[in-house]
Amino acid sequence: MSVGISIRNAFKKFGENVIIPDLSLDVQKGEFFTLLGPSGCGKTTLLRMIAGFNTIDGGEFYFDDRMINDLNPAKRNIGMVFQNYAIFPHMSVRKNVEFGLTNRNMSKTEIRQRAERFLDLMQIGELADRMPNSLSGGQQQRVALARALCIEPDVLLMDEPLSNLDAKLRVEMRTVIKHIQQTIGITTIYVTHDQEEAMAVSDRIAVMNKGVIQHVGTPKNIYQRPANTFVATFIGRSNLLEGELTMKDGLPHLKFANYEAAIPNVKEEFKTPQKIVISIRPEELVVSRRSQEGFKAVIEDSVFLGLNTHYFIRLENGTQVESVTESTIESIIEPGTEVSLTVKTEKVNLFTADGTVNILEGVQNDVISSTKAGGRAQKRLAVG
Amino acid sequence: MGAKRRFDMWTVVSLTLLGLFALFLLYPLWGLLRQSVLNAQGEFTLEYFQRFFSYRYYTITIVNSLKVSAAITLVTLILGIPISYFYSFYQLKGAKVLFVVSLLCAMSAPFIGAYSWILLLGRQGVITKFLGDYLGINIGSIYGFGGILFVQSLKLFPLVFIYMNGAFKDIDNSLLEASANMGIVGVRRLFRVILQLTMPTILAASLVVFMRAFADFGTPLLIGEGYRTFPVEIYNQYLGEHGQDYRFAAAISVLAVIMTTAVFLLQKWATSRYDFSISAMNPVEKKKPTGIGGVLMHLYSYILVGIAFLPQAYIVYLSFRNSSGAVFLPGFSLDNYRMAANRLLGRSINNTVFLGLGALAVIVVVAMIIAYLVVRRSNVLNNTIDTLSMIPYVMPGSVIGIALVIAFSNRPFALTGTAAIMMIAWVIRRMPYTIRSATATLQLVPLSVEEAATSLGASKPKTFARITVPMMRNGILSGAILSWITIVTELSSAIILYNNRTITLTMSTYVAISRGNDGLAAAFAAITTAVTAISIIIYLAVSKTEDVQI
Repeated sequence: MSVGISIRNAFKKFGENVIIPDLSLDVQKGEFFTLLGPSGCGKTTLLRMIAGFNTIDGGEFYFDDRMINDLNPAKRNIGMVFQNYAIFPHMSVRKNVEFGLTNRNMSKTEIRQRAERFLDLMQIGELADRMPNSLSGGQQQRVALARALCIEPDVLLMDEPLSNLDAKLRVEMRTVIKHIQQTIGITTIYVTHDQEEAMAVSDRIAVMNKGVIQHVGTPKNIYQRPANTFVATFIGRSNLLEGELTMKDGLPHLKFANYEAAIPNVKEEFKTPQKIVISIRPEELVVSRRSQEGFKAVIEDSVFLGLNTHYFIRLENGTQVESVTESTIESIIEPGTEVSLTVKTEKVNLFTADGTVNILEGVQNDVISSTKAGGRAQKRLAVG
Repeated sequence: MGAKRRFDMWTVVSLTLLGLFALFLLYPLWGLLRQSVLNAQGEFTLEYFQRFFSYRYYTITIVNSLKVSAAITLVTLILGIPISYFYSFYQLKGAKVLFVVSLLCAMSAPFIGAYSWILLLGRQGVITKFLGDYLGINIGSIYGFGGILFVQSLKLFPLVFIYMNGAFKDIDNSLLEASANMGIVGVRRLFRVILQLTMPTILAASLVVFMRAFADFGTPLLIGEGYRTFPVEIYNQYLGEHGQDYRFAAAISVLAVIMTTAVFLLQKWATSRYDFSISAMNPVEKKKPTGIGGVLMHLYSYILVGIAFLPQAYIVYLSFRNSSGAVFLPGFSLDNYRMAANRLLGRSINNTVFLGLGALAVIVVVAMIIAYLVVRRSNVLNNTIDTLSMIPYVMPGSVIGIALVIAFSNRPFALTGTAAIMMIAWVIRRMPYTIRSATATLQLVPLSVEEAATSLGASKPKTFARITVPMMRNGILSGAILSWITIVTELSSAIILYNNRTITLTMSTYVAISRGNDGLAAAFAAITTAVTAISIIIYLAVSKTEDVQI
């Protein structure tokens, strides 16, 4: 039985160090939800607060309408996959998977059948009687997942489960995890600092920085319409340029050096001339050798990566930017060559001068502001 | 070319070591075995073994030794695991004090504790008298099985405490969390996860306790009375009132070695069933003990350590009391120490310190070389040396003593009665501590550091002296101090090998006790205890860690 999770005004500190100042979040029932952020951003802390291993210093945590703040971790019915798997080394694979069931009112045969089912689901049935130290990293990961799911938890929590695997296995296992999650339909919260992994598995992602959620949205939306410059630079890479927004014939235009382009999809409230930050991903920057259109720049270096070629380019104002183009059969542009750059205007993102707000339409950010959250928590309290 | 390369300086060193082990370990043990199966005419016979097994008077000593050692092992586990659990998972107040005092108890000379308990709880003991005279309570006899069990358990539980601290610290917090996550916490988690994870260490600690209990000579000698144990019987046969019987003592010694080896192999087999190792990526955070549980934890830990420390404290106290023969008189003075000074105190200290340091120097050099050979140049020859060096680990001290006497009482190696034979006994018996510690340290030093030195043009001896040895320094030092402490408190082999010229502190203590000269004994015991305590404090300061390996 999956549940929805709501967190209201979560607060956490270690000693005098505030890790999470005021965080609110809704995770839908059956959703694959990822907490993504640089190390030390508080994502693991939040996960452990949900699991019950870190105390909740403030705020309310709900599974559906049940408040779990003071519920013992053993009673929360959570399946958890740990970063180092936390497989019991003194028990066989089968005993590990059965462990969580031995506490329940189940017969030996029931326990065995249920464990068997999850061992098979994770395709490790033939390893059942092996000891953990003879398993590979990927196999241990499967045992950890089978063990977590075997108790048929309401929520599955995963703390950087793939970080100890090599690159190839990581890609394989994330497909397995996504597939299993969809098959069972369990509400899942997944913590990672690897944005590609997050994109690959998640229904929605919450990007966190310094204990604050920056953006909650689908992988596509977070990548294409990041809520602020932190998200723009943390998810993928972005060249940030200081430019201006001007109004011409009632239409907003971005202006950088001598380059101007119409950007029709600016939000109504931002349609006034102002300084802005232009965020251009490397693949949105078009290099041309001959065209006169665009702004002048000089190629400094290039890296040929097969599918793509990366160019490191110095602009006239001294800023270095990066561009990625599909490799062509023509020769790579020599360092020192003068080029002109244009921007794919439908993809570019514009932020207010301080970088905190994306001024374009189409940003879908499910972040719950603290004032709203406060109101809801009050209501919840009144009901509870 | 290939053969030439292999035969270098280190091969010479290996062969020399092998020769030394053959001479001072294998030759005496071979002699022991020979004596046990040859009669006075030099013919093969099994009569000594037959004699041993035909009289219940003798066989009972095996049963007694096994019974009391097993009981001691069990009780030390029951006492030691809880205190280690509290210490490892909770922030006990004064935890450091508990640890240091426990270590002091574990490392003190075994028979001094037994002696002190007799003064406290024996027939004339102060507590016995107090309870009997004022409260009319009869606490029963401290002599015999119960006495040995009581004294040895209190002395040896700190070993379990120290071993288990290391194991509990290696438990990864996520394993405990995973268990909690699946609804298993509290006592169920303790038995199904925590103790199971530490089972290899529990078995290792059991072995150490069992071996010490089994080989212990001083405690049953003083407090055993009618309860006769194996090591005491060996000694009695060797040097008993009924005249010496080397051959029969040798036969019993052989039986003792067979039994300790069997126990050793049994433990190895049991450990092999737990084929996993644990290491903590996320160590467990110590919780604050709260409420009634917290109070009980503190009470348990302090009372246990307090009782274990009582005999040490009491003997030091007694050493300052006035005394006359076996009677302590009111008032305090340094008379006991003055008396000790007239009774070979200077010579005892000299012998202990100089012979001890001499043995220690040999131990350090040899252990360093063996560690290097085993870790860096592992081959059949060097692994054989390593195995040989660990043999004394399973041998009671009195057995080694007798073997050495048998081997070296005649030409060409007439060493009996000399200081050299005492040192040889100590080196053989106490080297394993330093070897283990040095080996463990060297295993952590990457080989590439030495290769770097060689590539920069340093010769092999220079690389060893300037690079390898300094990097092993901490491991060697902490191992050496443990070897040193056990040398200072050595009784069982010394009692067979000593004479008036080579008397040591422990032997002087023992002589005073056996002559019923309690004031003098207390003074000697207090000095021995002080030397041990100072050594432990140096050890803790040097090793800068609580991961004591014993």
